[in-house]
Amino acid sequence: MQFTDWIADARNIVFLVIALAMVGAAVMVVTSRNVIHAALMLVVALAGSAALFLMLGAEFVAWTMVLVYIGAVVVLFLFGIMITRAPTKADPVRLDHKHRWPALLVALGTFAAMATVTTLAFEDAALPDGVARAGDIGDVLFDRFVIPFEVVSFVLLAALIGGIVLARKDPE
Amino acid sequence: MTDYFQDYITVAVFAGAGIGLVAVAMGASFLLRPHKPSLVKRQSYECGINPVGDGWSQTHVRYYIFALLFLIFDVEAVFIFPWAVRLESLGTFALVEMAIFIVILLGGLVYAVRKGVLRWES
Repeated sequence: MQFTDWIADARNIVFLVIALAMVGAAVMVVTSRNVIHAALMLVVALAGSAALFLMLGAEFVAWTMVLVYIGAVVVLFLFGIMITRAPTKADPVRLDHKHRWPALLVALGTFAAMATVTTLAFEDAALPDGVARAGDIGDVLFDRFVIPFEVVSFVLLAALIGGIVLARKDPE
Repeated sequence: MTDYFQDYITVAVFAGAGIGLVAVAMGASFLLRPHKPSLVKRQSYECGINPVGDGWSQTHVRYYIFALLFLIFDVEAVFIFPWAVRLESLGTFALVEMAIFIVILLGGLVYAVRKGVLRWES
């Protein structure tokens, strides 16, 4: 398919804009001199992936991304930074690592491996046309996947208790 | 699928209108107002009280555990949404399922309370 044909579709333009914004934000996450700014750029990158899920019709997954990742995980990151690295102005030392080139190599290798595997596995298989809304997830969750759903509550309970044990010192 | 995209175009237009409104208001006031900066004007405003210390100060460690608890119950809330949408058609079975789910997680909350995690002491 020619690039001119590809760009003629409005959805591809939207995808291109979102993808470029995500790549820019992701680069800024690792290059920013201020950890807080890095965490906020992570919000942009995660919002971009939520937008990509929306474009795929995975509405519920997209808003879960926003609720859980942007709403809770990044808040946890920010609290962690504000507690441990204050004052959080631009760090005097560059937020860098001497192994950045091997790290880049590993990142590119991981990307190449994942891109190859997913394209080989799915090839031209088209996504089923349609939107997966919260209700559709509910239908399968409380029908076929009832046991996994209950297991999730134990996983969350373990995470809750583990987090409390790690974060809090028992008073003697 | 087309309806779906059209719905989100509405959302995008609405968001764009909101951003545009703020941009026009701020831009117009920037162009119209006299520009006389002073040190006092640049101070952060805190209900008229003089600000103490730096804006980039350290947060109390105690907030961390609340963020942690919020994360867990946020994930719980995410599971409640699809359940709430389909509760009528799924019936009593789903009600019992969700009750079990919530009771198990309430165990975690009880653990947190018993450990005194939610008490605010200095």
